[in-house]
Amino acid sequence: MDLDDEGSNFELKEIQTLSGHTDRVWSLAWNPATGTDDAQPVIASCSGDKTVRIWERSALTRSWDCKAVLEETHTRTVRSCTWSPSGKLLATASFDATTAIWENVGGDFQCVSTLEGHENEVKSVSWNASESLLATCSRDKTVWIWEVMPGNEFECASVLQGHTQDVKMVKWHPTMDILFSCSYDNTIKVWAEDDTGDWHCIQTIGESSNGHSSTVWAISFNAGGDKMVTCSDDLTLKVWEADIEGMRSGNDQVLWKHLSTLSGYHDRTIFSVHWSREGIIASGAADDAIRFFVESKDSVVDGPSYRLLLKKEKAHDMDVNVVQWSPGQENRVMASASDDGTIKIWELATSSN
Amino acid sequence: MTLGLINANPIVHAKKERVARCEDPHCDDAVDPDIRDPEHPYSLEQLSVLSEESITVDDKLGRILITFTPTIQHCSMATVIGLCLRVKLQECFPPHYKVDIKVSPGSHADEEAVNKQLNDKERVAAALENPNLRQLVDECLYSNEL
Repeated sequence: MDLDDEGSNFELKEIQTLSGHTDRVWSLAWNPATGTDDAQPVIASCSGDKTVRIWERSALTRSWDCKAVLEETHTRTVRSCTWSPSGKLLATASFDATTAIWENVGGDFQCVSTLEGHENEVKSVSWNASESLLATCSRDKTVWIWEVMPGNEFECASVLQGHTQDVKMVKWHPTMDILFSCSYDNTIKVWAEDDTGDWHCIQTIGESSNGHSSTVWAISFNAGGDKMVTCSDDLTLKVWEADIEGMRSGNDQVLWKHLSTLSGYHDRTIFSVHWSREGIIASGAADDAIRFFVESKDSVVDGPSYRLLLKKEKAHDMDVNVVQWSPGQENRVMASASDDGTIKIWELATSSN
Repeated sequence: MTLGLINANPIVHAKKERVARCEDPHCDDAVDPDIRDPEHPYSLEQLSVLSEESITVDDKLGRILITFTPTIQHCSMATVIGLCLRVKLQECFPPHYKVDIKVSPGSHADEEAVNKQLNDKERVAAALENPNLRQLVDECLYSNEL
């Protein structure tokens, strides 16, 4: 496989730049139904301009166009957006302290529900795999779990306290109902439900467990769900692993252990990290660059290590806030968004020698 | 190099009261306005006592580092000054310039905490969306023009 061949040359080809937002783009999400059946790829993006934009690639021209602008709902920056696993609903988290749920009704996106409760800015929102639960987090230091009820109703199931600062991101495990959160307090917390239906923190990954020494901005899981990578203001990426069989058997004692720290590659805050199905870790940072890492085949001694596959400098004119691999059939297609107000579609290709 | 940011002249009395009641969500320390001595509020005049900024500009990389020495020890004032500096610099330099703002080493009891807040761009963005805080920043920067 070319990823294993350290002599392979890779390049990041720019496919298209999507312009339209009038302020920085904080985040984006590929619709999970992308590239399946006849569904054309769709991306949702959210911005400091208080809107969410829906972009679709035309089947005919293969060019991306803005299909919808979701405005006049959030009254402040929209910080994060994420599609439900089926691709039917879109959740958007805003500095206005609300989370909005949108449904595509015959090509028209309508806000079908608004989740209130956080005391201040909502930073992130995440759906679990079965679409039965939603999680949100906020500068108010809490993580909320919501139950998805029929008729687009959402009920708060739990308010999780524990972080001592602003919570930056929440992410459900790809297959199990275990929730992860990362924070300005430099820690990552793992939350699970016990037999009585109460949610509690089953692990806190802090500096003493080889954790980050500054704000943790994002979390991403590998395809198998047995590893995760986190990125931080401390300029490192950290890879963690867990005993997946132990977790599946409901063993509460299974902990995530530090596997590897990737340091020396970034000189400014890393805002986003995303692990592709194939195992390529992409990072987006405040130095305007996008970097790619893969597991290094050589390392056997202390466990896997990772090597830099490619660094794309000046991927954007300003900070890269998000990187996301496409879930579609086309391998190695990725989207990024930036403070420069644009979204870029890329293809990671092996360059012809 | 000083940017002449701060108005050397006293601000009208009415604004002092607004500052005292201003909610500052940018700083997590809750300051009970009732504790302040109404005779000596934290006022814009006191903010203007700020001294010594040092600025390093790297035009090639497009980076700016500014360190300042707040004369007021209280957290909320240092973060407000830092915000003012950031807004002013954003106006003076092209948008792609990266600005890092720190308090001069040893000049503040919560130096690390203040620096962390001042350089968390998500926190800065949220703070500047807060109308009260935005107004305070605008007054600090533009009251010269009144």
